[in-house]
Amino acid sequence: MPAVSKGDGMRGLAVFISDIRNCKSKEAEIKRINKELANIRSKFKGDKALDGYSKKKYVCKLLFIFLLGHDIDFGHMEAVNLLSSNKYTEKQIGYLFISVLVNSNSELIRLINNAIKNDLSSRNPTFMCLALHCIANVGSREMAEAFASEIPRILVAGDTMDSVKQSAALCLLRLYKTSPDLVLMGEWTSRVVHLLNDQHMGVVTAAISLITCLSQKNPDEFKTCVSLAVSRLSRIVSSASTDLQDYTYYFVPAPWLSCKLLRLLQCYPPPEDGAVKGRLVECLETILNKAQEPPKSKKVQHSNAKNAILFEAISLIIHYDSEPNLLVRACNQLGQFLQHRETNLRYLALESMCTLASSEFSHEAVKTHIETVINALKTERDVSVRQRAADLLYAMCDRSNAKQIVAEMLSYLETADYSIREEMVLKVAILAEKYAVDYSWYVDTILNLIRIAGDYVSEEVWYRVIQIVINRDDVQGYAAKTVFEALQAPACHENMVKVGGYILGEFGNLIAGDPRSSPLVQFNLLHSKFHLCSVPTRALLLSAYIKFINLFPETKATIQEVLRCDSQIRNSDVELQQRAVEYLKLSSIASTDVLATVLEEMPPFPERESSILAKLKKKKGPGAVSVTELDDNKREGGELNGGADRGPDTAQTLEHDISLSALYWTPASTQCAYLQFIKDETRGLIFSQLSVSG
Amino acid sequence: MMRFLLLFSRQGKLRLQKWFMPMSEREKKKIIRDMTTMVLARQPRTCNFLHWKDLKIIYKRYASLYFCLAVESQENELLALEIIHRYVELLDKYFGNVCELDIIFNFEKAYFILDEFLMGGEIQETSKQIVNRSIEASDMLQEGDNSEWYEVELFG
Repeated sequence: MPAVSKGDGMRGLAVFISDIRNCKSKEAEIKRINKELANIRSKFKGDKALDGYSKKKYVCKLLFIFLLGHDIDFGHMEAVNLLSSNKYTEKQIGYLFISVLVNSNSELIRLINNAIKNDLSSRNPTFMCLALHCIANVGSREMAEAFASEIPRILVAGDTMDSVKQSAALCLLRLYKTSPDLVLMGEWTSRVVHLLNDQHMGVVTAAISLITCLSQKNPDEFKTCVSLAVSRLSRIVSSASTDLQDYTYYFVPAPWLSCKLLRLLQCYPPPEDGAVKGRLVECLETILNKAQEPPKSKKVQHSNAKNAILFEAISLIIHYDSEPNLLVRACNQLGQFLQHRETNLRYLALESMCTLASSEFSHEAVKTHIETVINALKTERDVSVRQRAADLLYAMCDRSNAKQIVAEMLSYLETADYSIREEMVLKVAILAEKYAVDYSWYVDTILNLIRIAGDYVSEEVWYRVIQIVINRDDVQGYAAKTVFEALQAPACHENMVKVGGYILGEFGNLIAGDPRSSPLVQFNLLHSKFHLCSVPTRALLLSAYIKFINLFPETKATIQEVLRCDSQIRNSDVELQQRAVEYLKLSSIASTDVLATVLEEMPPFPERESSILAKLKKKKGPGAVSVTELDDNKREGGELNGGADRGPDTAQTLEHDISLSALYWTPASTQCAYLQFIKDETRGLIFSQLSVSG
Repeated sequence: MMRFLLLFSRQGKLRLQKWFMPMSEREKKKIIRDMTTMVLARQPRTCNFLHWKDLKIIYKRYASLYFCLAVESQENELLALEIIHRYVELLDKYFGNVCELDIIFNFEKAYFILDEFLMGGEIQETSKQIVNRSIEASDMLQEGDNSEWYEVELFG
């Protein structure tokens, strides 16, 4: 096909583009461009007034240079001049330039707005469309101020041509999105809604985009559109493929319009009027039926268009969440897609099922597909599809399948893409806590998480496991034992050391009876990791050591030896040095009673909203996660943190509002001040003893 | 609504960029880099959809060009694929067996054709005939440009 411009030629432009393409290096390209820029500058400044064609050519060249990635700081005036030309192509290029190179110079803006105003009132539909397009492309506040009141008038005027109406509708939509306060629908509302009945399908398509956006912000004002939308949809769905002529796309009647109608209906609850509702349900059933019929064409465009409508209909069914029959049918249809040949359909089915999983009517139906989804997680070659499968497993998880799902997610985590690991870790942690009946399973799961994906286990996750172990007596011994074993691994993650250090510090006594995990063995195990750890972890370990001195007096000498050495008490890090010095002092002067009080076992933590959940929400953005969580309160009937039916020995009681994070990252002196707050009586004793010995 | 449409070659050279929301030049350059890296890294026979930030990215390769469309998260992915296909059909009808060179040398036409059926991030006209007719009519206007301004009945 011609490598030269079609239509009006502009040979100079084609030659220029050729030159650029033939440049062998970036430097050559820049040189050529600069040469051209100099040429254009001189032409623009020159005495001879340029004719329209030349101006158009040069402005186009400037545009090309800009789109190549170079900055352009002139040409706007000439482009604006082109706007007032009578020639269509010159206007067109002028508008294109100013839409792409938006300039905030107020003088230019005034001129541009003037030109647009002229074109809008010109009664020439092509010029009007150009002007409307420009407004829609730029959509600046100044334009909104100048034109927002005029465009609705153009939209509903009886003598406006169809093409102009379409442009006006979408232009108004654009202005509304950026400057909603300037677009006052008031008197135009009913006329705009009435556009849904327009004869011209293109006008309806454009109007519907506008109405959908307006309905979202003002549902009451626009609610008359619901019945109009339903009747329009039902006419399309029941039409033969020849009825809609050119609006049929590969044998599918008006797919874009159908989808937009379905989307508009998702802005409202199910229609109250029985007749309207009946018609709508019939429509949805027809769409679901059609999916089962053999395809009218082998082309992928046909199936894409047909399935687009199907997925949108399913979204509407899910949104209504009130027709069990439709919901189950939708679920079955998606189930079929889960095993479809086409990757796109498997992807979309997994995504759609996620939303379906949160509906109480279809939750059970979704669960029946668990094996297929697990299989997808394991065998899909496309990482995006695997990710959707993981999302779906998370959404369909409940008490009956939690163990299975968590196990699958853990094994997926071992080979998962790095970019999704943190999210997966958060999800596994949430599921493990929510559905744990047996807390030793929970502890195992979190420790596995640390083992498999330690780098991606954020603070919230391991804080949480410690909070839970502190709050639940029944799992403390198990936790101590498991953590002890995990630490024996030759290369264990620093997070494991943190968790292990804390738990052994609190509950090491529960396993000290066994010679294999005697106090000295525990200490040596922790200390063997000491030099490999970062400063915060070492600080934690020092706290664990002083706790050991309290728990196991026989270790006092060994630990004091460690605290006393130069690398601790003269450590360049202030926090470590302070802890070493203070703990050493504490261990030498405090009596066993005082020590025991200061280093008493940590009291239970208050129940609050899981910070893990908060972090996941923040990561995924609103709406991505909340569905399941919101519904859980409905279904499980309890707090996120606890869950109602946890078993007879539920943990509770909170007198102390302790923030777990404060425990690690506040300096030792603040921690001491904090202990003061709890144990007022011993405070004076500790500090007076400390100050006496200097 | 659609947020942006990018066309780039297999070597990552950008051939067309249409932005439906205002953005700084720096942001645009970053997005172009991100998109080209992400899409060019995709294996064959994977699905045509990606998640990026809070947007959905729909991409498809036609000969030597990648068409990459970003839509908001509530949009229908399959229809977005068909929007890309419709654009390719229109280009094909206009240039006759369109290829990358046509878009390079007639870039302004590619933008004009895009503007005929998309506007403000939404699809404006879904009838292929109507769009084709208006494109042809613009061309007619171009050729007749040397005479005085006259009104042309283009639609209906």
